[in-house]
Amino acid sequence: MSNLSHAEAAAVFNKDEARVDWHDETLWFVRSKRDRAAQSIPEWEGLREAASQIKNHVLSNMHDLLTQFEQKAIANGIMVHWAADAAEHNAIIRQILADNKVNQLVKSKSMLTEECHLNEYLKEHGVDVIDSDLGERIVQMRGEAPSHIVLPAIHLKRGDVGDTFHKHLGTDAGATDPQYLTEAARQHLRDTFLTRKVALTGVNFAIAETGGFVVCTNEGNADMGVHLADVHIACMGFEKVIPRAEHLGVFLRLLARSATGQPITTFSSHFHKPRKGQQMHLVIVDNGRSRQLGRADFRNSLKCIRCAACFNTCPVYRRSGGHSYHTAIAGPIGSILAPNLDMRQNVDLPFASTLCGSCSNVCPVKIDIHEQLYKWRQVLMQEGHGPTAKTLAMKTMASVLESPRLYRMAGKVGRGVLRFAPVVAENGLNPWYTHREMPEPPAESFRDWYINNKQ
Amino acid sequence: MTSRDTILAAIRANQPDRLPLPEQFTFETTYPDLAAQFAEVLAFVGGQAVNVPDYAAIATYLRQTYADVLSIGTTIPELADVADLDLTLITVPHDLVGLNLAIIGGQLGVAENAAIWVDEQHIPSHFRAMPMITQYLAIIIREVDLVSNMHEAYRRIDVAATGFGTFISGPSKTADIEQSLVIGAHGARGLTVFILKE
Repeated sequence: MSNLSHAEAAAVFNKDEARVDWHDETLWFVRSKRDRAAQSIPEWEGLREAASQIKNHVLSNMHDLLTQFEQKAIANGIMVHWAADAAEHNAIIRQILADNKVNQLVKSKSMLTEECHLNEYLKEHGVDVIDSDLGERIVQMRGEAPSHIVLPAIHLKRGDVGDTFHKHLGTDAGATDPQYLTEAARQHLRDTFLTRKVALTGVNFAIAETGGFVVCTNEGNADMGVHLADVHIACMGFEKVIPRAEHLGVFLRLLARSATGQPITTFSSHFHKPRKGQQMHLVIVDNGRSRQLGRADFRNSLKCIRCAACFNTCPVYRRSGGHSYHTAIAGPIGSILAPNLDMRQNVDLPFASTLCGSCSNVCPVKIDIHEQLYKWRQVLMQEGHGPTAKTLAMKTMASVLESPRLYRMAGKVGRGVLRFAPVVAENGLNPWYTHREMPEPPAESFRDWYINNKQ
Repeated sequence: MTSRDTILAAIRANQPDRLPLPEQFTFETTYPDLAAQFAEVLAFVGGQAVNVPDYAAIATYLRQTYADVLSIGTTIPELADVADLDLTLITVPHDLVGLNLAIIGGQLGVAENAAIWVDEQHIPSHFRAMPMITQYLAIIIREVDLVSNMHEAYRRIDVAATGFGTFISGPSKTADIEQSLVIGAHGARGLTVFILKE
């Protein structure tokens, strides 16, 4: 991940204007598909409300639901592991691989493993990891992180993918046909699926009542991986648990429609028991979630079902690209999750928003995303994570506003400067000017006008 | 304390006061013609529905459509004659890799999203990969087993009846390259659903 702040990285992303426009329009197209899918269901708002309430219940009953889920899962023959943080999660997976004397792993999409930096960790320990979701495979070959949780390679054009596949898969130089490129990846990954002994998946929903879990994909890559492997490892943040199977009716109706405008993902696979001779492991991860659960203003972020509707609608995400967020989960939801993991490192993210509220309006589980962005700003400044220049500027402004004499003088100087020497304010040294036009200065202040016109 | 106990203790300490589950979480979407709605959505997601009166009609359709195709396997006794691959000889899922056409049954179909529930009552446990690894897939459902929406589907199925079950809606697909839709990502390149009248 880069060390640039969101604004700095976005400035780099914005250098290629044609590509930014394409990125913006493509994601808006996905958002429009979501709208059409939502509008085709008369009870859409009722579904959102039901999903929100089910998740509110889950947050309030988390302890009992998890213990019930664990008990049922164990009875089903699933081996359950608990990881307090990313390091423990990674170590558990490495141990399972070692126990099975395997140093190769095929993975389907799991944002949790991105959050835990599992791939880097396993690579350091000599394990060969292959991501099998097409978008993830593309970015993995390029040594990049996914820029979007549902569309991992949305920042790339077909020419980029053609070049990458030419280099790594030997496709024809200059080939850009998506059909041809996808076929090349299909052949390459088929061989991977057939030869890997251990397959890892994420978890979309875990059912407390039955001790099973659901994994959704369009490509079928999660199924291809695990049904051909001797060992299935599934990794979940603990907030993925839901009370009963019938609640899936609500979530599966919302998830794909919110994500891509599809009526449902191609495969919604329900795992309850390993197949004969197979091992099934489930790793339940905390990694800061229990802390977030205790923050009344921010716990609702744990209701997220990772559809990315808030990404696609966000005017800032669409124009700054996922990598500008320097965190596994980008976009508005990532910006309210990341400060919980590390306030100092992610202090810029709650500011990467216009607070327009579109994210909250499309969220299928009704998370108050834009309100949490605003609240994080207060918390981060109070905790002293504000950038020095901003803190100084705010302090200066406070003393000017406190003193009528200073205030009058500052107004006079400001009007004079903007009128006679605008270059003093309109230059690259003024961070305010970077993103904004300076105002037309009025001829006199309201106070002067009032004194002159009183009679 | 183990990590399990630490995590659960932190959760217990931090979770808010108990909130109830919603009273309403199922909704009645209705469609005048379930089979027509199912077929329309299936076409939208890249599959094809075929209405048939009986198994003989399915056999005829498959023989015509896949005339020159070898490596056809089925789990449906009524269609054994259409298949040339004896699945009883296959004991490991990897040996399904050459499968060109798999013909299986499904418990029910959902009109709102063209999803079909398939579990280990339709494919044996060691064939869980069958609907994905095959080049082409055909699923047979009875028209009387069509339901309107997912709420009704979950009322009818028991997700834990077997070790594995999946809703399949259309052939496998991806749009990961510039949002261009490509059918046949890792799983089947085509899906035909036979809706059986009888």
